[in-house]
Amino acid sequence: MKQVTARPKVLLDVPMHYCPGCTHGVAHRLVAEAIDELGIRGRTIGVASVGCSVFMYNYFDLDFQQAAHGRAPAVATGIKRVLPDRIVFTYQGDGDLAAIGTAEIVHAANRGENITVIFINNAVYGMTGGQMAPTTLLGMRTTTTPFGRDARQAGYPIRVVELLNTLRGPAYLARVALAGPGNIHRAKKAIRRAFQTQVEGKGFSLVEVLSTCPVTWGLPPVEAVRWLEEHMLPEFPLGEFRTPEPREAVLMPLGGGKEG
Amino acid sequence: MERMLMKGNEAIAEAALRAGVQAYFGYPITPQSELPEYMARELPGRGGVFLQAESEVAAINMVYGAGGAGARVMTSTSSPGVSLMQEGLSYLVGAEVPCVIVNMVRGGPGLGNIAPAQSDYFQATRSAGHGDGRLIVLAPSTIQEAADLTILAFDLAERYRNPVMILGDGILGQMMEPVSFPPPVQRQRDLSWATTGAGEGPRRLINSIYLDPDELEQHNLHLLEKYRRAQQEEVRWEAYRMEDARLAVAAYGLAARVARSAVDRARAQGIAAGLLRPVTLFPFPVAAFRQAAEQVRAFLVVEMSAGQMVEDVRLAVEGRAPVRFYGRLGGVVPTPPEVVQQIEQLAAEVAP
Repeated sequence: MKQVTARPKVLLDVPMHYCPGCTHGVAHRLVAEAIDELGIRGRTIGVASVGCSVFMYNYFDLDFQQAAHGRAPAVATGIKRVLPDRIVFTYQGDGDLAAIGTAEIVHAANRGENITVIFINNAVYGMTGGQMAPTTLLGMRTTTTPFGRDARQAGYPIRVVELLNTLRGPAYLARVALAGPGNIHRAKKAIRRAFQTQVEGKGFSLVEVLSTCPVTWGLPPVEAVRWLEEHMLPEFPLGEFRTPEPREAVLMPLGGGKEG
Repeated sequence: MERMLMKGNEAIAEAALRAGVQAYFGYPITPQSELPEYMARELPGRGGVFLQAESEVAAINMVYGAGGAGARVMTSTSSPGVSLMQEGLSYLVGAEVPCVIVNMVRGGPGLGNIAPAQSDYFQATRSAGHGDGRLIVLAPSTIQEAADLTILAFDLAERYRNPVMILGDGILGQMMEPVSFPPPVQRQRDLSWATTGAGEGPRRLINSIYLDPDELEQHNLHLLEKYRRAQQEEVRWEAYRMEDARLAVAAYGLAARVARSAVDRARAQGIAAGLLRPVTLFPFPVAAFRQAAEQVRAFLVVEMSAGQMVEDVRLAVEGRAPVRFYGRLGGVVPTPPEVVQQIEQLAAEVAP
């Protein structure tokens, strides 16, 4: 018999604390596979952010620094500037990156900081119990938008990749979704390409990963994936928005959201 | 040794370079901008990293990242900037990441002004952001001392794995005095804790989260033990004309220079005054004050604030002698005649 897959070396064999159906586990695995495949395990430093993934350092056989709310891109900048031959990545949620840390992500991207950002967007604050995120959809109910998000009161969902795509600094920008095998396969390619961009010294890379939060969404895991496809994909289109060559912005769709 | 005429901000920058600083992250603010400007000119050519951050919040978090990765790292700012850095300082203290922070204090609260003040004493000495954490705080009174203490600050930061603050003021940053620098010393640095991503040995973690209350209490007790050790080993102060003093003036930094002149003038008038000048504001020279309290009839604390260090003096003296306060606010520098008048008044009140 031929073995076709195995646990990534960099991912430790310990139980994760995430809720059933949460896609952090999938995202972690994709990051781990990219690190293994690129052979950068011995020179990679992670920056863990606040939120559910704060304990991700328990699952990766890597050096890690834990960052304050939203500040991971600044922390990663500090590490990368003094250790330029290391591979430095952050892993941030939507509250962390798109609310309290908006300044840090915009300026790290604009400097073309040679780091990789994995941006988990599940349209809600998970760890604090399901409050509105900057990426919460219009009409979406959360504990702080109990009647549905109303743009007149709470503004619009922020499209982070499109926002960063207005800057000249980023080298690689993509949005992917953890919904179905095809999308997950494309997500893996994008995450690997983001790390590859850094390995080649080409500059700032970010992958926005549309994810589910079944518990705060109040949906069973499978229905949560369907909800992601039906509601998040129209608001947050998938694709590679910026690739290292050419440097100009090009919209190259990675593929549709729905899997048959 | 070569002596140079330098601005305080530039002398601190040069001292940091000679102490082997590897990275500077900061955000411009008056009256300390000569420091980042000096670093921007000099640091890249000497193999280091200079980066102007998008804010003080980002700057201190860059310091946290670089310090955690094992670099000798610093930032500098002035009062409103230090307020913004409190968030990062709490993490640096909690995760035990060494770094040096220069605060050239200006008048506050709020936007205040850009005149020299000492009103950040509480912010510097009481707590580094939220939680039970402290900075080691050094308060130079001259530009030579600012340079010397900057070099010391890097060594203390690494010895205690704790942020160290140089607390100056707008005048110290802006004025010029002759300064000389000691030859650079090759230092043995222990980076066994740093997240260098070297891929050798067990993975390393820079972190300040302890969800279990018992564990966090242990961590806090460990930090307290460090501060207790610093209180035993790192307390620094200067006693001037204290041998036969009957009245002690207590002041630090710029105010201590004024107080020193006032002490000389009071002596010329036959008043046996002396000066006690804390150099470390945390740890505070408690024993020196307690000892002086057995000798003098009263203390006069002179500050460019509404009265902040006076609380530490009172705590140290523990009621053994009266402690009087004289302060000027808003960036006003007290003059020697003003302080002499206070000394005369107090001397008359406590005369036998």
